[in-house]
Formats: sequence, structure tokens, C-alpha cells
Amino acid sequence: MNVIETSGLGKRYAGTWALRECTLAIPAGRVAALVGPNGAGKTTLLNLAVGLAAPTAGIVTVLGGRPAGSPAALDGIAFVAQNTPLYKNLSAADMLHLTRNLNRRLDQGYAQARLAELGIQLTQKAGKMSGGQQAQLALTLALARRPRLLVLDEPMAMLDPLARHNFMATVMTAVADDGMSVLLSSHVLAELERVADYLILMSEGRVQVAGEVDDLLARHRVLTGPAAEAGRCAERLSVVHARRGAAQAHLLVRTNGANDPVPPGWDAHPVSLEELTLAYLREPGAAALPGPARARDAEPTEVTK
Amino acid sequence: MTTLTVPAQPGQDEDLRPVRWRRMAWVTWRQHRLTLAGVAALFGVAAAYLLITGLQMHHAYAAVTACRPAGSDICRQVAGNFLNTYAPGVGPALGLLQVIPPLTGAFAGAPVLARELEAGTFRYAWTQGFGRARWTVAKLAPLAVAVTVAAGAFSVLVSWYIQPIFGAGDNNGPLYPTIFDLRGVALAAWTLAAFAIGALAGILIRRVIPAMFATFAVWAGLAFVTGSFLRRHYAAPLITNSPNVTPSVWVISQEWTRGGSPASLSMINQTLHRVDIQAVTPGNFQPGPATPANIDPVQYLIHHGYAQLTIYQPDSRFWPFQWIEGGWLLALSLLLIAATIWLVHRRAT
Repeated sequence: MNVIETSGLGKRYAGTWALRECTLAIPAGRVAALVGPNGAGKTTLLNLAVGLAAPTAGIVTVLGGRPAGSPAALDGIAFVAQNTPLYKNLSAADMLHLTRNLNRRLDQGYAQARLAELGIQLTQKAGKMSGGQQAQLALTLALARRPRLLVLDEPMAMLDPLARHNFMATVMTAVADDGMSVLLSSHVLAELERVADYLILMSEGRVQVAGEVDDLLARHRVLTGPAAEAGRCAERLSVVHARRGAAQAHLLVRTNGANDPVPPGWDAHPVSLEELTLAYLREPGAAALPGPARARDAEPTEVTK
Repeated sequence: MTTLTVPAQPGQDEDLRPVRWRRMAWVTWRQHRLTLAGVAALFGVAAAYLLITGLQMHHAYAAVTACRPAGSDICRQVAGNFLNTYAPGVGPALGLLQVIPPLTGAFAGAPVLARELEAGTFRYAWTQGFGRARWTVAKLAPLAVAVTVAAGAFSVLVSWYIQPIFGAGDNNGPLYPTIFDLRGVALAAWTLAAFAIGALAGILIRRVIPAMFATFAVWAGLAFVTGSFLRRHYAAPLITNSPNVTPSVWVISQEWTRGGSPASLSMINQTLHRVDIQAVTPGNFQPGPATPANIDPVQYLIHHGYAQLTIYQPDSRFWPFQWIEGGWLLALSLLLIAATIWLVHRRAT
């Protein structure tokens, strides 16, 4: 089952395409990270997936073919939006009661125990809580719904490092206990690297890269060799990004696997997720499986000119 | 770490029943009880004022009804005194009460959606299992019913309050604009319409304060157009050439004719010049310093061969007009609320 499936999905706001030609299939049971710079279309894609926005073009289904935003879809997805909007004048207990009444089920025991652990008083108003407490309350409410898919939009933007750690720990515990799928967006990869096993890279409203993290790491490597040969070498390879020093050049290339031949005089190294992500973010025109490939992606201008 | 205490959710999708409506009732109550208290306070303060002044007025009016023989000069005098004392206070009070519908619309209707959109909490509310179209229905319907019922009950009080003024034979009858829309079904209908305007303004404007102002503006425009142009056409007006029209009818216009053809204002003024009276309009005469005492300009003109045509709506049309106005306002309100729900349903964020 795919938790999110899109086909030719596009969204236009006031004449500008925030998202276009997005075709994706995120399998169930993954912690999927949606990474890209600000304005890449991450929030748009998440809003379409949770049914807050309607597509301008294409289709989006969730949880194995349910139309996004349909009652069946809403029932199985919990969404924590950017800046975790809560009713500021309501107490934690009220928010809990509200969420219980707005859903078919709510694990109240879990929610109360979580809040107690976090030191959030039930009588405390959401508006009086710290950013970290608000984020944790919103997350607790979402998890207590027992969703099959948890969608988080920039969940950690407002949190300090300790709160980030606690937040992700809560998410990962629920994943381990419940087999829940997660889709979370961020413009910083660092906090997702340890937890994500599926990666979607976006830039300029398009999906650049999408796939299992292990798969992506296996299909890319860094070649290090003499700078003088970099141009000639790049002609024969799928170079995502090239970095040239005075003597040495580093090429991040796509391969067909570990058995791909290495050009003589060059060294091959495995790539880290961060290197991979940064390379693609630096080359918005580059795309990899199964994102929409473009003709020029094999010839990064930086190298060939 | 706390673990989830409910067993893993089985594949129960086929049996997916929507969340019950009554669960949403608590949500609406919890989130709008302050609004409802505000509406109750608004009506409460207005009702207290009407009760206190109304009781005084009814007390004084007892002397008018007790006067015998009814219709005698002395009784007319008593009624006149009563009106001179109380009628001047009634006008401004009724004028103030006109703000009940727009206040209700602005404070109870406009924030329902505008606050969610402004604060971003719609991202929470509309992604819960209840579903956003049903959420909107479950918020707007009870609030609409509550404000309509409150306004309906209040208009009964207004009718009781105003009754002595009618009874004593005031010139302003039940069709008088600022009286008509506070009685019968009109106040409830106008309050509902203002609430619906507020709700729609909220989803369109997405910000609380501008939506509140827009509610006021749209209500004012609609009320003005209705009172000034629309209401008089609910039924074809009556025309009479009798100079003794009941003063409480709703006079729409008056004209003069002479020998069967219309007489212009300047023709009338030529005739009236001899007694130093000037007609500002066909029904409004200004006596001058040389005007003889006890001269009635209307009678004077009739003596000089003129006939007065009065185009008017009789008092007896109060209820038919109430139902017409209540009917179209109800239809309009339902349309606006339906449009609001539809916009929430398909709104692209």
C-alpha cells in the first residue's frame, strides 16, 4: 500500500505554479522526509495530501487509494501544520476534549500520560505554553488519534535542539509501537538524517529526487580525481554536482550500482545522505529516480563549459 | 516513553461511520459560548431597557384606556398628553435597536470562520475526522438558530413595548420603517441575514475585524435599499383622494390634481401665496408670518378646486409584509450560509 500517491499533481496560486507535474508513490511503513529550500512546494504538497487544498491538476490519493480530504482519508491521517496552530484560549484538557469530539477515536489514556510526562498541566492554556510545549501538545493530539499516517509540516522550526530531540523521539516511539507511517517536511536535513528511510527532494515546485534512502545512497557516489580531467570525465557520467579545487575535483555521480567502472586515476567513495541532499539542492535542474528527469541533467553547466 | 494503549487499529475502513453530530455540539458550545453570552448580554441589556421604560409607559397608558367616554375630546387630550410625554423617547430607542442585527452579525457571524483562517487553526480543525463541511454546518446552524430565536423573542418584547404608542393613536404606524423591522418576524429574519452575511464575509475576507466591518456595511446597504425602495413594492399601494387618511398608514407619496390633471408644486404655491403658506413638498406646508390662524392648507387647497391624491400602504398589510420580508430574508440567509459551506468545502488554501 502507498500512503501517498500522486499523479501529475499540480497546484497554482494566483497564476504561479507552487507545485507541478508531481508524480510520487510513498510506500507505507516509512518515515519519509520531504526536503527542499523555502518555497520549493513542500507545504503545498502536504496541504494537498491532507485535503486542505484542492489540486489544480492531477490526482492525489492517500492510504491506498482514498481521495485526499475524503472522510476515510481524514480518519486515517493526523496532520500537524507549520507553527502548530492551536486554539490559544483553550486549555490542554479542552484541546484534548475537542480533538476527541472531532474524531471517531482518541486514545485519551495515551494523551494524558504523554502530557504528564512532558510536564504540561491539563489546565494550562495553549497560548501560555512555550513553543516546544505547543508543538508537543499538537503532536500528542495527533498521535492520540492513532493515525495510520502522520503528516508534519516543518514540525521543528520553532524548537530548540533539546525540544527537537524530544519531539522526534516521541514520533519514533509511536512509529515503533504502532507501525505508523510518517511524512515530514523540513528545510534542514540534519534533524531527519537519523530517522528518515525515504527521501523526497523538492525544488522550484518540482520533485527532484524520490526514493528509499538506502537505494539512493547505493546509486550515488563521489568520484575524486585530477581537476584537469573533470570535464572529460563528466561527459561520460551522470554528474549531479561537481566541485573543483585547484588540483582535485569531486564529482557526485549517479551510478547503476557498486559495479560501475571507476575511470582510471579516480577514486570512488560512498556518499552520505547530507552530501547527496546538498548536491541536489545546489543543482535544482538535476533529477533522479523516479522524479521527472530533464535532458540537461547529465551535463551540469558548471563542469562542461 | 508512553506507549499507545489502544490496540493497533484493525482494517475497519468498510465500516467507516462519520463522527456523530452531537459530538460537534460540545465543540460549538465550548468555542462559542463567550459569543453566545455576548449575544445574550446584548439582548439582555436592550430588553432590560425596554422592560423598565415599557412598564412606566404601560402604567401611564392605563389612564388613556381608562378614559370615558372613549373618543371624546377630553380623552383625545389625555391620549395626546401621553404621546407628548412618551413618544419622543421611543423614536431614539427604536433607532438604537436597529443595530441589533448588524452587531449580532459582526460579533457572532463574522468571527466563526474568519478567526480560524486568521489564526491558522483551520489547519487543525479541517484535518480532523469530522470533516470540514460538516464542521461548518455544525458551527453555523446552532449559532444561526440561537441568534434567530433570541431576536424572535426580543421582537415580541418590542411589540409589547410599542403597543401603547399605537393605542394612543400615534402618527407612526406599524409600517413605519424603524418600527416595522423590529417586530413580527422581521427582526429575527434581519438578525439571521446579518449573521449569514457575517459568516460569508468571514470566509471571503479571512480576517476578523475587516469581516466585521464588511458585515456592518453590507447590512446597512441591504437595510437601506429594503426600507427605501423594496418594501413599498411588496403589494401595489392604495390611492385615495380623501384628505382624511388615517395618520398611521405608511404614506408613500402625495400629489395634487386640479380638474383631473396633475398640479405642480408651483401651481399650489401660487394658490397658497395668498395666505402666505409655502408648500415645501406636496404634503409639507410652511406657514409664514402673514398666515391667518387656524387655516388648514389642505382644506384651503381643496376649497380652491384641488384634489389631494395619497398613495399609501395601509396598516392592515403589516402581517403580509412581515411574511414577505421574513420570507425573502430567510431565503437569502439560507443561500448565504449554503454559499459559505460550499466555499469551505472547496476552498483552495
